[in-house]
Amino acid sequence: MSIDLNVMRRRSTPRGFAFEPIFEGLCFGAATTLLIALGGVLVALTIGGWPALSKFGLNFITGVTWDPNPEHEVYGAAGPIVGTLLTSALALMMALPVAGGVAFFLVELCPTFLRRPIGTAVELLAGIPSIVYGMWGLFVFAPFFASHVETPLMSAAPVGSVWETVFSGIPNGSGILAASIILAIMILPFMAATLRELLSTVPAQVRESAYGLGATTGEVVMKVTLPYIQRGAIGAVMLGLGRALGETMAVTFIIGNSHGFPKGMFDSGSTIASTIANEFNEASGLQSASLIALGLLLFVITFLVLALARLLLRNQVKV
Amino acid sequence: MIKTIVAAAAATAMVAGAGMSVAANISGAGATFPAPVYAKWAETYKAQTNNALNYQAIGSGGGKKQIIANTVDFGASDKPMTSAELAANGLQQFPTVVGGVVPVMNLPGIKAGQIRLTGQVLADIYLGLIKKWNDPVIASWNKGVALPNLPITVVHRSDGSGTSFLFTSYLSMEDPKWQAGPGANDAVNWPAGLGGKGNDGVAAFVKQTTGAIGYVEYAYAKQNNMDYAVMRNKSGKWVMPTAANFAAAAAGAKWNAAPGFYLLLLDQPGANAWPITGATFILMHSKQTNAQSGHDVLSFFDWSYKNGDGAAAGLDYVTLPDPVKALVRKSWKSIVGPNGKPVYP
Amino acid sequence: MAVSARLVATRRLSNLAFVAFCGVVTAIALTALALILYSLVTQGIGGLNLDIFTKSTPAAGTPGGLINAIVGSIMMSVVGMFIALLIGILAGTWLAEYAGDSRFGAVVRFLNDVLLSAPSILIGLFVYEILVFPFKTFSGFAGGVALAMLAAPVITRTTEDVLKLQPVALRESGVALGSPVWHVIRNILWRGATSGILTGALLAFARISGETAPLLFTALNNQFFSWDMAHPMASLPVVIFQDALTPYPDLNRLAWAGALLIAGTVLAVTIIARAFAKEPKR
Repeated sequence: MSIDLNVMRRRSTPRGFAFEPIFEGLCFGAATTLLIALGGVLVALTIGGWPALSKFGLNFITGVTWDPNPEHEVYGAAGPIVGTLLTSALALMMALPVAGGVAFFLVELCPTFLRRPIGTAVELLAGIPSIVYGMWGLFVFAPFFASHVETPLMSAAPVGSVWETVFSGIPNGSGILAASIILAIMILPFMAATLRELLSTVPAQVRESAYGLGATTGEVVMKVTLPYIQRGAIGAVMLGLGRALGETMAVTFIIGNSHGFPKGMFDSGSTIASTIANEFNEASGLQSASLIALGLLLFVITFLVLALARLLLRNQVKV
Repeated sequence: MIKTIVAAAAATAMVAGAGMSVAANISGAGATFPAPVYAKWAETYKAQTNNALNYQAIGSGGGKKQIIANTVDFGASDKPMTSAELAANGLQQFPTVVGGVVPVMNLPGIKAGQIRLTGQVLADIYLGLIKKWNDPVIASWNKGVALPNLPITVVHRSDGSGTSFLFTSYLSMEDPKWQAGPGANDAVNWPAGLGGKGNDGVAAFVKQTTGAIGYVEYAYAKQNNMDYAVMRNKSGKWVMPTAANFAAAAAGAKWNAAPGFYLLLLDQPGANAWPITGATFILMHSKQTNAQSGHDVLSFFDWSYKNGDGAAAGLDYVTLPDPVKALVRKSWKSIVGPNGKPVYP
Repeated sequence: MAVSARLVATRRLSNLAFVAFCGVVTAIALTALALILYSLVTQGIGGLNLDIFTKSTPAAGTPGGLINAIVGSIMMSVVGMFIALLIGILAGTWLAEYAGDSRFGAVVRFLNDVLLSAPSILIGLFVYEILVFPFKTFSGFAGGVALAMLAAPVITRTTEDVLKLQPVALRESGVALGSPVWHVIRNILWRGATSGILTGALLAFARISGETAPLLFTALNNQFFSWDMAHPMASLPVVIFQDALTPYPDLNRLAWAGALLIAGTVLAVTIIARAFAKEPKR
């Protein structure tokens, strides 16, 4: 902000001035509450997960064996970690262009009378319970995906090429790619609705001046509105990523739930959240500690991803 | 805006809720497998006695955790606790109903009950050692059946469950390789295949994958007409997964020789006993802090033993034989209130 | 001249490609929605009848409805959204208007993004530790708090984003007229950002309305009707989750009807809320 509001506040003696510090205090308190909530979650997770972390050390992160049998009890989370990053990244890659396209369509291209219905329709995607995505994915999407995508791709892949590896797995509609697609559909409304909102806050003058100079719709979007909303757009991506990383139920139904490394796009895998959702109910002792430690790991991964995003964008925008 | 929503919500709720009675007065939580039958009993019980018992399926592990944490009046588990475990936590357990696990598969041209499997074969399939349906070992048990030359896709439960516990415990009994490898637990390190969430998830993957084999609980297999396999039991007989055959396994068991009712009904003797059978259990504190709630829980299960068999059978559960019920009732004498007297009757 | 004509042609073409892309992806998104809704409606419509709104959740084989779950869901969502709106709007305002470049502001902003991606099951576990375990009972109130923890970061993030996009001139002119800053925020900035904050609130509501995991460990569920938020309480997502996974077709039908009900509610709330807030002027 280019102007110091505090200076102005001191100069004026307006009505309701006494409430000023109280209001700021309330806002500050609310922000601090969020911090305390997260702090509380972190503390609870650290305490709960400590037995597993202290027992397995670094092997908890690098190990590939996840064996909950009480007679063996080895927990290595490398498989779920890779699965989480892979599915979230794929989902973002698929959802971001679609969400951007939907937002631009609604704001720049769509006839006014269709704007509201289509906008509401896309937001409605966010309101469908996660378990419905899971069941839909399992019963409707998976059979279709198996017969119309997986099987053709697998038979089309040249023998010995890299594609054969990428498209390997059991063609029954479950696995990494299928889970990513379901995730992409689930995070789409979060990103599209936020992007749309951001686009519509771009002042009309800014866009109109660009149009006045003869720019096409595409050019206005790419060169004027997009840079204008850049910071908020990152927020939209974070909303989507946040949902993708933490989504449990839908992924659990379709990812195939095996704890090793996925060998191909159609192979089964697991994510941190799906492992917790699968096993927490029946877990006790070290297994339950390991699952809680997994939750802590998810927070750490989120930290790292967010920090990385900020680092990459530091020179371009203020975040 | 918020005011409007609140007002609207309150109005709707008021209209809808008019004339309804108050909340449950006892609550329990735990195993998922018996939840439908407990709900059914609770419904009828409330209609007859106006006492409400709220049972919620949060998993057997959750049931143990919650009864130990004392957040519920009773816990429930598919996995019995040993008498040492019970003593350590001041708990007592008793069985309620019996169910079974059924291997199901998807083989073109082969109908329910046509494939015969032994525990050993099943273990080798789940270990990934038998990879094809026309493997000589499977063929040797299935003379005259045209076994397809298909790879076997193994499907297991991905969520920790009593069903998996029974299944892996059975495989451990049948095959030393399984016992030394994945072992018996509600979730194990599966050597092969992929995992589906719940009975539904397993069934869906089996249906979508030609050549797949999975396992589901009996009620699920029956209600959804799945293609099951015939199993060889301890007496060397080939048996079908039917309610009568689960009952046969439960009847043959020696409950009176099992301290704390710790008993797995796997691979029981008896010509008709289905080999993958198990009971589900209720967990209660031996010393009740509130005698009344202990009394309420036990009077519910007493009522259920007396009046609940028909309802259970309607939902494809198998009930306990009368002598076992009598044994359980006797064990209730040692559940006492703060004054040291039995809370029931 | 010729060069310029070619340039115009290229620009036209690339613009056409852009417009076509936007249209196509919107069509894809709408198709996905249509397919999911189609499954939801065809599976759920058969279970919808008057019983849904008059009877409590049944055991398998008994006719019944969802009224206990509907009322429980409404009560817990209202509590959750109330807390979340209060905290989210104020915290978002603090981040946008007061935090500036301060280190603490950066930390809160960063950690709010982390909280956004917390798996709901972990939030449930945390609330279990602070509200269920100490009080020795599952409760509807604990469920509401868990939902609030899921909704608040979404509202915080969108509130901050839309407030930051308001021109500085708006603040300057407000203050120049002699209003205290909080007046400017309340009467000018919040008003201008209504549509954006509302979007955040709707997304947050949509997110919590279908959440199972945080409620399972906090509110548990209740087979019977109850107003009592100090004890276990039914909710639609938990009922859907449990009934969808049972072997019995009548309970499966009820689960789909419940899912349809949630989607319908989110749709209705979105439409009603949009009607209250003016559509942003272009």
